[in-house]
Amino acid sequence: MTPLVLAGLVGASLVGLGLYGLILHPHPLRKLLAFNLIGNGVFLVFGIVARRGAAAGFRFDPVPQAMVITGIVVAFAASALAVAIILRLSAESGRVTLDPEAWTKPNGGDAK
Amino acid sequence: MSILPYVDIGLALLVVGIASTTVAARDLFAAVVGYVAYGLLLAFVWIRLYAPDVALTEAAVGSGVTGVLLITAGKRLGALKNAVPDAQPALAFKLLAGALAALVAGALGAAILLLPDPPPSLAPEAAAAADGAGAGLGNPITAVLMSYRSVDTMLEKLVLILAVVGVWSVGSDKAWGSAPAELRQPKATAPMVFLAQTLAPVGVLIAIHIFWTGANAPGGAFQGGALLAAMWMVIMMAQLAKLPRIDAQWLRMALVSGPAVFLIFGLAGELTAGSFFAYPHSLAKPIILFIEAFMVLSIAAALPMLVAGPPSERPDQ
Repeated sequence: MTPLVLAGLVGASLVGLGLYGLILHPHPLRKLLAFNLIGNGVFLVFGIVARRGAAAGFRFDPVPQAMVITGIVVAFAASALAVAIILRLSAESGRVTLDPEAWTKPNGGDAK
Repeated sequence: MSILPYVDIGLALLVVGIASTTVAARDLFAAVVGYVAYGLLLAFVWIRLYAPDVALTEAAVGSGVTGVLLITAGKRLGALKNAVPDAQPALAFKLLAGALAALVAGALGAAILLLPDPPPSLAPEAAAAADGAGAGLGNPITAVLMSYRSVDTMLEKLVLILAVVGVWSVGSDKAWGSAPAELRQPKATAPMVFLAQTLAPVGVLIAIHIFWTGANAPGGAFQGGALLAAMWMVIMMAQLAKLPRIDAQWLRMALVSGPAVFLIFGLAGELTAGSFFAYPHSLAKPIILFIEAFMVLSIAAALPMLVAGPPSERPDQ
């Protein structure tokens, strides 16, 4: 197995692990972390596409690599926005949850 | 040469193993610490893919700043009263989710094994860009970011600003204009102050070096900016500097300066070089470095503001 395929399979397993965590974890921040794992997996798969596209004297295709760099920064910006929304939601409802029914329950509303 | 395959296999096992522990960890703090370690190891995988620029970005932004963001968020959530977590899901649901995740990962793995041969590549176009509009740049990634895909890079800076606006706007109405909550409560410890005083000057120099060398070698505006941002956060965590008020003029100027300068030069390219985001050939390198300097400033201002969160009411105001 070449290092390239190995890195690609790591990317695929990261997507699987992240998806599992995203579905199962009730805690919104844990969901966010799992979502970042999916993102890393996708970037890694794109990275091996970049490595395979070696041509014109480069050992890699610079276009996908540049897009991954842009992608990492955008993923961070989106995570920061998600964190801000999660914190505000929890401060308003007094519950750390994404379950919409929890906020309408009587003990959820007057918790703060 | 012979040891490298084992390094690859070891790295792959470590990355997947630590990623599993971040998913399986019992509490949030353990998961975030695992995530930071995993991000650093992932940076090594990127180096093995001949992508040192991506490795630098992943180590700085992907694991470093994201780790600070999640730890800070976890502390703020923990400080809330009545923060009751939900119950764990049932076993049948877990099995179903596991099966779905395995299916998706398996399909993706199969796709990787069946990638087309010969592989498609944009490298010749990128080489042309590095030769033409990005003339004088030895680093093809920087040539792609600043010349071949320059509109993407400019829009990505706008996304950062939009995210900052989004984060600020989820704060309460009363707090608008004031500074975000402190990154570290309530008092900085002596080791933290010592670390900030020792690390920050060195870190700032390294950040400037990474930005400057990025024209010809791995590095660039993203990596340098992220490192500067990290140093600013270390200083603020040690409470050697206060978080700025979000209505501070200088902060807002710093935030928009990157995309603004980029856009001005892009529009000027229409007049001087004949097309949007084209640079006059002889001046391409100095112009690109000039634009990148403002992008470093923008990134260094935006990342800490994203971590610090919305403005909050303070007792003293």
